[in-house]
Amino acid sequence: MLGRDDLLPLKKTPLHGLHVSLGARMVPFAGYDMPVQYPPGVLREHLHTRGSAGLFDVSHMGQIALTAKSGRVEDAAAALEALVPQDIRGLPRGRQRYAQFTNADGGILDDLMVVNCGWYLFVVVNAACKDADEAHLRAHLSDTCVIEPLADRALIALQGPKAEAVLAKFCAEAPAMRFMDAGPRKVMGLDCIVSRSGYTGEDGFEISVPAGHAEELARALLAEADVLPIGLGARDSLRLEAGLCLYGHDIDATTTPVEAALEWSVQKVRRPGGARAGGFLGAERILAQFGAGAPRRRVGLRPEGRAPVREGANLFADEAASEPVGKVTSGGFGPTLNAPVAMGYLPSALAAAGTQVFAEVRGQRLALRVAATPFVKNTYKR
Amino acid sequence: MTTLFTSDHEWLQIEGDVATIGITDYAQSQLGDVVFVELPKVGRTLKKAEAAAVVESVKAASDVYAPISGEVVEVNQAITEEPALVNSDAAGKAWFFKIRMTDKSELGGLMDEAAYKAHTA
Repeated sequence: MLGRDDLLPLKKTPLHGLHVSLGARMVPFAGYDMPVQYPPGVLREHLHTRGSAGLFDVSHMGQIALTAKSGRVEDAAAALEALVPQDIRGLPRGRQRYAQFTNADGGILDDLMVVNCGWYLFVVVNAACKDADEAHLRAHLSDTCVIEPLADRALIALQGPKAEAVLAKFCAEAPAMRFMDAGPRKVMGLDCIVSRSGYTGEDGFEISVPAGHAEELARALLAEADVLPIGLGARDSLRLEAGLCLYGHDIDATTTPVEAALEWSVQKVRRPGGARAGGFLGAERILAQFGAGAPRRRVGLRPEGRAPVREGANLFADEAASEPVGKVTSGGFGPTLNAPVAMGYLPSALAAAGTQVFAEVRGQRLALRVAATPFVKNTYKR
Repeated sequence: MTTLFTSDHEWLQIEGDVATIGITDYAQSQLGDVVFVELPKVGRTLKKAEAAAVVESVKAASDVYAPISGEVVEVNQAITEEPALVNSDAAGKAWFFKIRMTDKSELGGLMDEAAYKAHTA
């Protein structure tokens, strides 16, 4: 059956023409016509990002400016704290933080990045959720804040060990940034918002650039010998090796931040006993799970054989068990590890690293071990 | 020796009652880098159009269907040990399995090389 999105023409990012001219294989993703891979293919693109630098078009993601009507960024931060379990009031100017929009049941509506830009909050959300996120922000924060989608901006990620040296040629301030530093910077003379972050596990940057200049900047970065364009295929295998969640797969409206093993992203001040504990949608359930634990956990999984175990595979406590105890939510092949990797949900009693479980793949039970994430050590410049 | 093709992008080389089966160069280029291959067991009886093998890229798993009915008499372990062979030599060293055919009349529906080229053009 066709979904609503299947009936609408696919949207194009400002870099669409560039992708086509580079020979990308284009696929529909979150309502956009996006490059899944370029001629080198997913495996080489993945390894190039880990060894050198990769350029990703992530312009399909939502960019939103959240400004308090009072003009004080502190008021925008306080307002946003009603919708996320993170410490936003304590986010210093020029810093970025990972957060989740929660619902009244404690489930995750979307995950997002928040930057304190000094006079407003710059928010980046997932493409598939951006319309709903904007409506959610308007429904809850319109009294105190102006919510402005930044539709005229593209978003380019430059990731990998050579990203710093490459970007330094276009933005002299880039090397001085630490992991999760973010804010307005000139890149090639353009007014950009640059963050030292990304979603590959590598050091790197994300650059929000005026749409009309996005192709010019992308072409300039791609003209550097160390940089190759990277498609969504390798973006997925890179983030999976880095143990990072993909919204709609590893986290969704039915998983809480504690079940999703994202407690690290909830600062102490908003946990039980903290000065501003709770006060966000779903706090009752989430705070209770901080105390008592969650019935299930998101875990990393390493198949013991060579066969990839993919999303949707049922997980069993032993080889002969008839009832599944969990499910794989992301899985595939990790080119850096040269081995299959996966993540999924298991009952907390089975979530300890080293625990053996079994996945059903094509009628066979394959052994996996619960493993710590990230699978590939991240290289952030802290 | 005759080489025939299926619309599912498999090739068959026919020698007497035995067909050697692989996937075409076009198929491997569409799949991308192959990272895992699962082959049928020797001795297994396959019906035409039955899922017989699995070939996986970084992104996705794809079935390889039996293009003809018969018994599996040999499989190519070289491609389970080195899946990248499927990308580098799909039409040669990276054959998948050999079937002793039970009904050679099933070959009638398959394409010759010219027809397959037109099919993928």
